[in-house]
Amino acid sequence: MSGHSVEDIKKSVKVYIGVFTALAVLTVVTVAASYLDLSFGESFFLALTIASIKGTLVAGYFMHLFTERTAILAVLGLTFFFLITIMFLPYMAFTDQAAI
Amino acid sequence: MEIPYNVEERQDTGMFNAKLGIWLFLASEVMLFGGLFSAYVFLRMGDVTGTFISGSSELNVPLATLNTLVLISSSVTMIMSWVSLKLGEQKKFKQYLGSTLFLATVFLVVKYFEYTAKFHHGIFPDTSTFFAIYFTMTGLHMIHIIGGMVVIFYFLVPGSSMMNTESVRFTNRIEIVGLYWHFVDLVWIFLFPVLYLL
Repeated sequence: MSGHSVEDIKKSVKVYIGVFTALAVLTVVTVAASYLDLSFGESFFLALTIASIKGTLVAGYFMHLFTERTAILAVLGLTFFFLITIMFLPYMAFTDQAAI
Repeated sequence: MEIPYNVEERQDTGMFNAKLGIWLFLASEVMLFGGLFSAYVFLRMGDVTGTFISGSSELNVPLATLNTLVLISSSVTMIMSWVSLKLGEQKKFKQYLGSTLFLATVFLVVKYFEYTAKFHHGIFPDTSTFFAIYFTMTGLHMIHIIGGMVVIFYFLVPGSSMMNTESVRFTNRIEIVGLYWHFVDLVWIFLFPVLYLL
């Protein structure tokens, strides 16, 4: 983002305000959705989907990842791979136990 | 000796050094919090006594919702402070960065009331597995907020003189602080539903 012109930055202010509004609305939606009569699996899926959308907005627009350099995306891609791996470790441990 | 590439971009990475540095640091932070989220999943899957459901119902959702909105707002004021610097509006920069510091303080005050309410009800980290992971994750997040506040305060008051002497370098520094601050916001976006709503 460091190479963007003053005009680009002025335009992006509107985007930041739009992202802020979306984040605020999605926060309210997250809380409202928690009061729905859903199973744990459904609530889990819904809550994490909304959180992931919010996370993408913050990372993509506020942290400029949508327009960032390849070197940064490569570092984050590798990190994301290991993140997914450690998130699946508990699941693998439990299914392994169940098999015994 | 002058530190190289703190203003101009390196040809091989396409960015100034501090930017690659902060992203490498944030990658390590992703793994730090990722490990704790993984521990949460592990403990929750093994929770046969229902301490996660009963523990979660003891938490104050309205206060946490307020804190989520406060932190999101602070992310906006943070990025607006960087925008103001890019546009050469120094007064606005100080107002936005000051607002970020104020909102961070509000977050901590709300968290203080949340924590003290728990302590008054005899709820501590050793109360249950849920509260052990709750205090660990929110406590670590709070330490990150405090760390960010120290850096923001530095750039707002003692470190702001660089704004006039080395404006491009100072703008880059604010971009770096902003990346850290947005990451702290990002972590809370996931902590909030996982701990309070599920």
